[in-house]
Amino acid sequence: MSLGLIGWLSYSLFESEDKTVFMPGPLTGGHHQIGVACEACHVDGFADTNVIQKACEDCHGEDRKKPFDSHPVNKFTDPRNADKLENINATLCVTCHTEHKPDMTADNGLTQPGDFCIHCHEGVGEDRPSHKEMEFNTCNSSGCHNYHNNRSLYTDFLVKHADEPKLLEKPVLPTREYASLLDEVVEYPRQQYPIKQLSSSDIDAPSEVVVSDEIHKDWLQTAHASSGVNCTACHQPTKESVWQDKPSHEVCQTCHGVEASRFKRGKHGMKLAVDLQPMQLSEALLPMKENSPHRQVNCISCHGAHKFDVQKAAVSACLECHDDKHSLAYKQSPHSDAWDKEISGSAPVGSGVSCASCHMPRINFDVSEWSSRIMVDHNQNATLAPNEKMIRPACIHCHGLEFTIDSLADKKLIENNFQGEPSIHIESIDLAKEDQKRADERKAARK
Amino acid sequence: MKYLRKTMIGVSAVTCLGALGTTFADDVNTPSITPKTMADALHLVMDSDRAIYTKKIVNRLVKKEKVIKASEHFEDDKALVLPAQMFRFGSELVAKRAEKLDDVNFTYSLQSLWPINKQNAPVTEVEKKGLQFVAENKGKNFYATETLGGKKYFTGVYADTAVSPVCASCHNAHKDTPKADFKIGDVMGGVVIRIPLGS
Repeated sequence: MSLGLIGWLSYSLFESEDKTVFMPGPLTGGHHQIGVACEACHVDGFADTNVIQKACEDCHGEDRKKPFDSHPVNKFTDPRNADKLENINATLCVTCHTEHKPDMTADNGLTQPGDFCIHCHEGVGEDRPSHKEMEFNTCNSSGCHNYHNNRSLYTDFLVKHADEPKLLEKPVLPTREYASLLDEVVEYPRQQYPIKQLSSSDIDAPSEVVVSDEIHKDWLQTAHASSGVNCTACHQPTKESVWQDKPSHEVCQTCHGVEASRFKRGKHGMKLAVDLQPMQLSEALLPMKENSPHRQVNCISCHGAHKFDVQKAAVSACLECHDDKHSLAYKQSPHSDAWDKEISGSAPVGSGVSCASCHMPRINFDVSEWSSRIMVDHNQNATLAPNEKMIRPACIHCHGLEFTIDSLADKKLIENNFQGEPSIHIESIDLAKEDQKRADERKAARK
Repeated sequence: MKYLRKTMIGVSAVTCLGALGTTFADDVNTPSITPKTMADALHLVMDSDRAIYTKKIVNRLVKKEKVIKASEHFEDDKALVLPAQMFRFGSELVAKRAEKLDDVNFTYSLQSLWPINKQNAPVTEVEKKGLQFVAENKGKNFYATETLGGKKYFTGVYADTAVSPVCASCHNAHKDTPKADFKIGDVMGGVVIRIPLGS
């Protein structure tokens, strides 16, 4: 029996993809999908903190830089902060986000006591009289501050957007840019597939491949056909390659590399980022439809092949899988009404609100060090946890800031998919206005 | 020795050494300058770049030609980066790049006894003394050694002066400023340069 156990453990350690038997404790929802691959975080050893830090940064690094992160690592590396680092080493992710410790893990994977801000901001009450009586465990929990992404919560932003109406005069979401900026997409294989409108007679599938009328018709209606992307571009991208009936995401990322990269940063695609098989519905922690537990999540599962219907990908693809209260309430929501009106053509483009509008918002993304374009952020987790991260990329295109902050703090309102008004009020804008008033009075007194 | 050697290189500093009249060793890897000279040279580069950005970019475009704003929230306001932010971004990039260079190791920051952002107030005793000294002794620098996090450092503190009207007017007008009567030519803070000593 002992020999059998040793054999099984040896197999798990050296041969099997699944090494969860050695795991010291369950992982958080953020990492549980990749728990079978210890090396994704620990690489080839378990002692070196810097190795784990690098693994954290490999996946989360781009969100941990300014302007997205108000506490980037380089804020703390100056030796003048050495004494603060002794209290809380803010240069390492694991200081606040230790894995395998479910008993001490709070929301957003936090494993520090909730009053951690006190280590550096103990004297905040002297500069902000409104904060004098506040407990430090309320900084992050009250809808006011976010240690990493404070972009929609900082004082001047709150003042600038104070007194806005619940619904803005012209509520409209940004429009995607891709076709108009195609010249700047350097990875686009334009030599092999020149950008031009293709017709039925241009189809370059090998003669032995049967192209059905439906596939033919779907393809002709897409941006692919109108921009020179022929059958072989996806199914047989090089002369040396073999025709693939079902190309993988790697083919998609030839032209949509930034989208694919962001997809792999979120829970939908994170397994692909560490070379595991795509996520299956049965692996989700949120409630999912039970009829197809082994359905995989990849580009095609949402966009569909050949048709690449972005409207389907924005709502019905989501609802084919997601079965939680918020998702199920969408069809009865005012957002859904607006979406239906846009789709039917009775309301302007950009006025509708799909699932993707909020969870995969159109953001002005730095696609390289030198250029940016408005694109769909395929990392649907980037705007969640904490949900104030959704304010700038999604909510404030249509709603006033105060209404937005209050709504996002109201869990019941989120559950019914924003059918009604927030029943909670967050004081952050009130406090910012008070602070501004005091500053104005000081200024007037000086004069 | 490793850290002392680290103080000897610094591409920017080497550029300045000729102007300082420092003698070069025949062997480019032989230490030939002191941490103080290194810090002085670094400061000369930093201070000149800072003055040029403030005068030729910010003051010219904001005050004289009035074509753009400079704002702390430069992305949201589609504005120029403030001179203090320009300086800080440079120092952060230097810190990041220096991590990958075995022979280069120094940090620098802009601080003030009257900081708008309280995180830029002096923290160590040397910073506090140094900022006080340069504010009270115009034209003089402050040098000391200090131990932080178990490591010994040479620390130089250099006065940061209001070189153009925008320096004084913006600081005086900011809602979080503890001092609102700066004039051009006043010492508003200091640049702190820190170089590790010993191994």
